[in-house]
Amino acid sequence: MTMQHTALAPAERAVRVLGGDLTERSLRLHLEGLSGVDAVGLEQRAAGLGTRSIKTSSKAWALDTIIKLTDLTTLEGADTPGKVRSLVAKGLNPDPSDPSTPRVAAVCVYGDMVPAAIDALGAAHGDPDAGLVSVAAVATAFPSGRASLPVKLADTRDAVANGADDIDMVIDRGAFLAGDYGTVFEQIVAVKEACRRDDGGFAHLKVILETGELTTYDNVRRASWLAILAGADFIKTSTGKVTPAATLPVTLLMLEVVRDWYRLTGERIGVKPAGGIRSSKDAIKYVVTVAETAGEQWLQPHLFRFGASSLLNDVLLQRQKISTGHYSGPDYVTID
Amino acid sequence: MSFLEYAPAPESRAIVKLRPSYGLFIDGSWVDGHGEPFSTISPASEERLAEIATADEHDVDLAVAAARRAYDRTWSRLSGADRGKYLFRIARLVQERARELAVAESLDNGKPIKESRDVDVPLVAAWFFYYAGWADKLDYAGLGANPRALGVAAQVIPWNFPLMMLAWKIAPALAAGNTVVLKPAETTPLTALLFAEIVQQADLPAGVVNIVTGAGGTGQALVRHPGVDKVAFTGSTAVGREIAKTVAGTHKKVTLELGGKAANIVFDDAPIDQAIEGIVNGIFFNQGHVCCAGSRLLVQENVHAEVVDRLKQRLTTLRMGDPLDKNTDIGAINSREQLDRIRSLSDIGEQEGAERWSAPCEIPENGFWFAPTIFDNVSTSSTIAREEVFGPVLSVLTFRTPAEAIAKANNTPYGLSAGIWTDKGSKILAVADKLRAGVIWANTFNRFDPSSPFGGYKESGYGREGGRHGLAGYLKAGN
Repeated sequence: MTMQHTALAPAERAVRVLGGDLTERSLRLHLEGLSGVDAVGLEQRAAGLGTRSIKTSSKAWALDTIIKLTDLTTLEGADTPGKVRSLVAKGLNPDPSDPSTPRVAAVCVYGDMVPAAIDALGAAHGDPDAGLVSVAAVATAFPSGRASLPVKLADTRDAVANGADDIDMVIDRGAFLAGDYGTVFEQIVAVKEACRRDDGGFAHLKVILETGELTTYDNVRRASWLAILAGADFIKTSTGKVTPAATLPVTLLMLEVVRDWYRLTGERIGVKPAGGIRSSKDAIKYVVTVAETAGEQWLQPHLFRFGASSLLNDVLLQRQKISTGHYSGPDYVTID
Repeated sequence: MSFLEYAPAPESRAIVKLRPSYGLFIDGSWVDGHGEPFSTISPASEERLAEIATADEHDVDLAVAAARRAYDRTWSRLSGADRGKYLFRIARLVQERARELAVAESLDNGKPIKESRDVDVPLVAAWFFYYAGWADKLDYAGLGANPRALGVAAQVIPWNFPLMMLAWKIAPALAAGNTVVLKPAETTPLTALLFAEIVQQADLPAGVVNIVTGAGGTGQALVRHPGVDKVAFTGSTAVGREIAKTVAGTHKKVTLELGGKAANIVFDDAPIDQAIEGIVNGIFFNQGHVCCAGSRLLVQENVHAEVVDRLKQRLTTLRMGDPLDKNTDIGAINSREQLDRIRSLSDIGEQEGAERWSAPCEIPENGFWFAPTIFDNVSTSSTIAREEVFGPVLSVLTFRTPAEAIAKANNTPYGLSAGIWTDKGSKILAVADKLRAGVIWANTFNRFDPSSPFGGYKESGYGREGGRHGLAGYLKAGN
């Protein structure tokens, strides 16, 4: 097929790993040459990591870390500036009864809500590494991704111009499942370019694979590599609008990919499971999986995030249990 | 502090109430042994756990006589359905006392609690449930209508899976209508003695299950006893040979489940991350104290460096230490004697030129420990590629083609198990067909199920345990 020899945009990583004559064909050969995934074995390993017993000081550390790594999210048609202000207040001061509670990493909203979020954050807006809270915006015709590339790019540029620090884009799952890897690749490359700010810097790009629609672990591994090759700063499991969203085996698999990318290039890529993680117990399993797969250095906001909303309050309840010795109840944590 | 230094998460010992000393369990009650008693210790701390009686020839005689009486007077007269009821009851009691049994097993054996809790004890219950179901269906066991029990079974089991091996032996024997005298290993008698309590709780007729403790002498007396009709042994090939000689020329039926030197074959098209897990599980599960352990890694030469590199990386995350800590991956070596054997074979491996690498682990002060170890560039003639180490020691060999992999895998006097790792189903079938091993795992390793027969080729023994086939060792065709 002649189409297969179509040259692709020379994304820097892809050129480094696949060579200068980057084509649809060379990309396909690479993705299809990746080692397969045995589903039974992967799920068994994830279940094994899930049996780790995290107690006392380790649990306290894990709970604080989960908060620091959370992208506190609201992605509803009914979102208003008031709702976003409330979300931001929650992210800045998750537990009014305990000022030692850390802030979340970011708030995650639709692109048009970015100004409201930045406004509400005020001086607290900034890099989570500095104890500040950043703003992530979903873009590219989220959640389906069913729009033309110019629309997706406009969506992205709009959010970046509004001041979004992170862009959470969705891949074109239809193109991926049709085997049209080149299209998915080119779109990521183009969106990455649209993340460029006026000052020359870039908004961080999180690439949502929507693993619940890719269905097989082999597809998840290919899509993860594809997204990284095209320039993703983060690979993210899900929009939260499709079931299943994040699962432990899928996240483990994506962590294995970023670990392998690090082995290959020395470069660290982030991972963000999103959707469906509601309890502290589950979130701690993810923290364990990160530490034992990619390594502890991944447990920082630039390399790992939880996309979640209701998780935060369960973590706060557990945190209160540790400091007071008894369980409180849902009336003792605030709703946003 | 590093998060990976997980805070201690010990399982409580309080649930196990050990007596200071244990007698023999004969004819439904506890009696004194007439041999010299011995101590059983925790291999992780060398702490003395309890004093255990030794059965001498006279005690063994009493046990066999009790089993014979129980067979003649009660057990052989019960219907299969009634025998099944007892077995179901035992299975449920094992589940009820699961945590206690798991803690006792980890204390006495040294294996991590996550394994005794998630593997050993659940399988024990599963084995009794499975064979309980067979008890009234023996007509379908493949021996024709009305197969008959053999009589009294003498069963001698090893220390690596004390309670699980007990279940593998007792469940099919009782389902088939036999009565038993079982001798647990001298370093791990505790769970068999707790099982005797379960037998009492289940109200099993006296003498159907007898437990005699002691060392090799007790086992010998039991196996030689003219009153037994069946000998079932799991353990080393050397002892198995002795047993085969002892029973030769007698009417006794024999099942032997002996050593192994399994090949775990990794092809270049294997699902790499899962293969690494499978290699780890194959040889480091239960500290490598597994007769079917994947102790020879046969890896295709073109992926050898990558596999070894990833394997080492993975081994650095294994946690060695207190067997009762829920996060422990690698527990203690069962005895000083076994530790000495692992050390001496490892030293020979090094002397013979293999490249030794051990995972960086802090070795606890007391107890018996051996860090997970890989020997790379091992040749087929190396001692560590031929002899069963029965410890956390992996020998890495390479191959170029499937034919070479098969030849090397079969090049051992053993033939208990093997593993195949490839994404290609046709390759799995083609290779499995040519491997001379009783159990072959594809894209997994060390998985057990009561419905699946287990046993060896060649010097790994004869007879099968588990599944319908496992009944054949305890039955004779009806007339």
